[in-house]
Amino acid sequence: MKIKYDLSAVKSLVVTGFGINCEEETVAAYKLAGSTVRLAHLNDIFSGSISIQEFDILTIPGGFSFGDDISSGKVLANKIRFKKLPDGSTLLEQMKQFIADKKFILGICNGFQVLVKLGLLPDLGGDAIQEVSLQQNDSGKFENRWIFMRVNSKSESPFLQDLEVIPVPVRHGEGKIIVRDKKVEVKMLTTHQMCLTYCDNNGRPARGYPNNPNGSTLDCAGLTDRSRQVLGLMPHPEAYLSIYNHPNWRQILREKPDYPKEGLGLQIFKNIVTHIAKRIPQMQ
Amino acid sequence: MINQHSVQLVFKQHYEDVTGARLSQKAQQFLQLETGSIRSSKLFVMQTELKAPQVEDFAKQCLADGIVQEVLIDEIAVPKGFRCYICISKQAGVTDDEGVSAQRALADFSNQSPDTASQFIFSKELYYLEAALTEEQLKNIAQAFLANELIHRIDCGALGANAPVLDFVPQVQLKANPGVKTIRLDVSDLELINISKAMLLALNLEEMKAIQKHFLDDNTRSSRQKLGLPAMPTDCEIEVLAQTWSEHCKHKEFNADIEFNNKDIKQKRTVNSLFKTYIKGATDKVKESLEAKGNDWLIKVFNDNAGIVRINEDNLFVWKVETHNSPSALDPYGGAITGILGNNRDPLGTGVGGAKLLFNTNVLCFGNPDYEGPLVGKQLHPRRIFAGVREGIEAGGNKSGIPTVNGSIIFDDRYSGKPLVYCGTGGVMPPQYMGMPSWEKPIAAGDRIVMAGGRVGKDGIHGATFSSIEIDENSPSSAVQIGSPITQKLLSDFLQEACLLGLIKCSTDNGAGGLSSSVGELATISGGARVDLEKVPLKYPGLQPWEIFVSESQERMTLVIEADKLTEVYALAERREVELSDIGVFSDDGFLDVRYQNEPVCYLSMDFLHEGVPTKQMLADWKRPKLDEPALPRYLDYNQVLLALLNSLNICSRETVIRQYDHEVKGKTIIKPLMGRDGAAPQDAAVVRLNFDSFEGIAVSNGIIPRYGDIDPYQMSAGAFDEGIRQIIAVGGSLPNLKEQDGIFWSVNDNFCVPDSEYHEKTNPDGKRKLGKLVLMCEALYDMATYFDIPLTSGKDSMKNDFKAEGVKISVPPTVLYSMAAKIPDVRKTITSNFLEEDDLIYQLGFTYNELGGSEFYKLFDKIGANVPQVRKEQAKEMYKRISEANELELISSCHDISDGGLAVAISECCFGAGLGADIEVNQQAFQDLSLSAILFSESHSRFIVSIHPDNKNTFEVVMDKFAIPLGKVNRRRRLLINQYGDRVIMLGLEALLQSWRRDLRV
Repeated sequence: MKIKYDLSAVKSLVVTGFGINCEEETVAAYKLAGSTVRLAHLNDIFSGSISIQEFDILTIPGGFSFGDDISSGKVLANKIRFKKLPDGSTLLEQMKQFIADKKFILGICNGFQVLVKLGLLPDLGGDAIQEVSLQQNDSGKFENRWIFMRVNSKSESPFLQDLEVIPVPVRHGEGKIIVRDKKVEVKMLTTHQMCLTYCDNNGRPARGYPNNPNGSTLDCAGLTDRSRQVLGLMPHPEAYLSIYNHPNWRQILREKPDYPKEGLGLQIFKNIVTHIAKRIPQMQ
Repeated sequence: MINQHSVQLVFKQHYEDVTGARLSQKAQQFLQLETGSIRSSKLFVMQTELKAPQVEDFAKQCLADGIVQEVLIDEIAVPKGFRCYICISKQAGVTDDEGVSAQRALADFSNQSPDTASQFIFSKELYYLEAALTEEQLKNIAQAFLANELIHRIDCGALGANAPVLDFVPQVQLKANPGVKTIRLDVSDLELINISKAMLLALNLEEMKAIQKHFLDDNTRSSRQKLGLPAMPTDCEIEVLAQTWSEHCKHKEFNADIEFNNKDIKQKRTVNSLFKTYIKGATDKVKESLEAKGNDWLIKVFNDNAGIVRINEDNLFVWKVETHNSPSALDPYGGAITGILGNNRDPLGTGVGGAKLLFNTNVLCFGNPDYEGPLVGKQLHPRRIFAGVREGIEAGGNKSGIPTVNGSIIFDDRYSGKPLVYCGTGGVMPPQYMGMPSWEKPIAAGDRIVMAGGRVGKDGIHGATFSSIEIDENSPSSAVQIGSPITQKLLSDFLQEACLLGLIKCSTDNGAGGLSSSVGELATISGGARVDLEKVPLKYPGLQPWEIFVSESQERMTLVIEADKLTEVYALAERREVELSDIGVFSDDGFLDVRYQNEPVCYLSMDFLHEGVPTKQMLADWKRPKLDEPALPRYLDYNQVLLALLNSLNICSRETVIRQYDHEVKGKTIIKPLMGRDGAAPQDAAVVRLNFDSFEGIAVSNGIIPRYGDIDPYQMSAGAFDEGIRQIIAVGGSLPNLKEQDGIFWSVNDNFCVPDSEYHEKTNPDGKRKLGKLVLMCEALYDMATYFDIPLTSGKDSMKNDFKAEGVKISVPPTVLYSMAAKIPDVRKTITSNFLEEDDLIYQLGFTYNELGGSEFYKLFDKIGANVPQVRKEQAKEMYKRISEANELELISSCHDISDGGLAVAISECCFGAGLGADIEVNQQAFQDLSLSAILFSESHSRFIVSIHPDNKNTFEVVMDKFAIPLGKVNRRRRLLINQYGDRVIMLGLEALLQSWRRDLRV
């Protein structure tokens, strides 16, 4: 079947600076997914020389913005909330507009921490007030380990279409989701905004450490907002762009030489790029 | 008006305080102190014009996380049920990143530009403890887990009805007025020595006399008179000479004339410079051999911050490994983090600069973490050093976004005085920036000297000279610094961007010796420099000019910028929030001319500064020690022996350490330190791909086996070199220069860490023998490098790894690390160590000898033995070539090198990761003359365990020929079975093996 849409018409923006450090592989992910990618220093957005509104999807990659000082993602979230751009708006207001324009935002690891502390995730109330937090892992340690996450099929996130169980690495010290109160917990479940959970290799519930690497409430690994346009997750899909990223790639390929050489993490980026491309009118 | 306010962030009642719980657990585990519950909290002290309500607004919005924390303003919580507290503040002048981040947050909150030039928000940690502990017990907890009093202040005590007063503010207040002193050198020899000691110059009498002679010389006198300088040297000049002539910077012992008496072969000879003879000598010879085959990938060796080789037309590889031992002994966390960040700046400041950093690798040597004996002087407990260094590496690597792809940890009690902390970093650079070669360092008179990054304080003064002397009770605490990864991240992002734009002419690191050595060294290119010290931005006022010039405050680089590009560079730096200061200009008049508010403080001829240091004369001898093979118990339970080996400190799993390092950020790590289905299989070398457009990559390995040096330093060094090579062969690499223009680069960083090897009748009576060992280690290096055509591209030596206190001297064993990197043309063809599938055939490649000397097996019996493993390089090279052939035909499923613990340990490790087992027979012809212990545990070099698909048997055996010894096959029964002539020698389940191997290192 002929592809009827142009992936390269999708414009992705990946931000960097201030200690963000996964920008390179995140840019690679969007490139491999077929979109046109721009990498921009956050200060070039705050100075007004680049506007996020020119793009279809905005990604805050992983890293240690401001060294995780005070608490992870907090200082960058403050900047987005309070710092005024030359036109008098804040980046948070711009992001709200971006969402209102039916565009997409992805936050990975530190980027997820930023979105949570900004109140953009899960944003059950729709007023961008912080409802959950990401705090220190139960182990008290930073941990780099491959885990499995399960996609909530009812979450209807365009990022997660047709995905079930995804092996990906976690690499964080503050990834434990804590909810403000029971109401938030219940609502996260009933609205299916809890779109990703830690699980075992067969997709069954994690049942504690080590499958749940951080002690996260409800095994929560990722959240989406009410509009399903914003996604945040602690694990690193951009670290699994190729089968050769997998710690067991030798054995997987020995057993199944025809196993896809693309990593399953890449599918998340392909999904969203394709989703956006489909609605861009085609120029003949 | 400036007021002082405090902000306390207290966790809400329901919040599970992980930090507090861990601290309580550690106090119980290591100090046997029952603390009850511990609650942690954060405290900020602010000096600001803001009023309390404004502070509260800021704190609630920007500092606290409302979901889990509550805010207290100008009030310290006294939680119910808690009986005492510990508060940790930083000492004046110590990096406080969290305070600076709070300042940045305040700037964003109030929409002002951030003021990071001065500190006005200070961060503290406050802990509440349930149990009523004494002040001494509280202090013990603080000192063991929370603070180092060289850099922290501890407040602790009982909690009464009133809250404790915690308003200490670590502000540096220096009263001295800047000025220049002169040092009289027209004095007796004894006084010269005293001056060197009192000023921590680490210069010996001959060097002091060379300086004396220079300043008494008529030419020097007249040129100084003209400039209005005193005849005698200024404090700054003496300090600059001491930094430049330090062992750290000039490698005086590696360049010494050594009289070597090798009593074993009755030969006396003189070695004129170990470096020139063996290290540079080896590389020169290798280069000839490479070029004869059209392999022209060796781009730059020894004369820059890091060596450079060509990967392909579009990329150069630049890398460096060095040590940070002395600072890590005094403050393990600070020492390790500054070690990593400092080492990152080496590839970052090589050639023009701006290499993209691809990976870190760390090799660490510690004393036994379970040591229970007394500690002397400033000696820290080995566990504390281990834990602190580990944490420093975590912060230094993770926060910089550089994956820590592999490493090694070695335990030996002789490292309990001074640990060895080797930090390595590799990066990739395009061959050109805007048409200019990236690897060169062009500087012309008139180019500006621009300092970039952090500000200058008193921290790290005398680092270079301090690292050149042994540690004792009087070691300066000013030598300790704390790195700031976030400051460096901003700096390195900026530098990479500026280099790509062609804005930077070249750059270098400000490391040991600070500006004095970075500017002093760059000035050799143009032929001189003029620096105006008042233009250097300071952390706080009151520094003396000489202090500004030699301070080693971290996260700084010196940039060389053409005057017409200054505006553009400054504009970019402002957008990236990096502070630049134009502090002077390069010249070609032959002098290093340093001024403070135009007053001369240093005027040294470049020639004397760099060439004036006298060549050291040293004595070395060597005689093989008389050692015997030990008598061991007649009956050994080999199951128990294998479990004990797997559980031994030098063999057991490093997983708890490895997983706290990010080893795959950047998404390019193809062979990680632990692989396999369960992520438990330890790997021999790391493999990293270069980018996402190709599958070319680099393999990285580390060869280090200090304990063999007790028997034979030559074989120890040769063995470590072989270990480095065979680890890369194991993952699928192939030797260099086998074919015309094959372009397979290899590059080695050699790092020697030895005890004081300068003979002295009283203080170092066995100095000659120690130096003799070093000579032999270097000989082995030369022999190996030239035989395999593997060049040394950079390296480091650390010569005084001794710790002295209370009459006790702890010296490290002579240690050498060979860090190797090699090109991997296609990372998809690399091999991991773990077995892949049932019924695959298992082979040993290479031959086992009766070589248990220095083995981990003998160590179980507290023996050392005599038969140390010998490197048979001809045989090894032949076999490595064949392995590469087998890999080209994709015949090998898994490959693991045999090292610590020998065959039985290696096979066990191959079973980890996939839940497989192995059925093994050891009655082959090749083992016939060996004892069972030797077959199982000998650590003979150049051997591997490989597994292959049964279909590949015939081809594989033809390719490998005599080198392949069939051992058995992989089973799915999750057990290791080793038989000899039908007797069951070892039979252990995988769980038992794993359980022993996964010893908790408790860090």
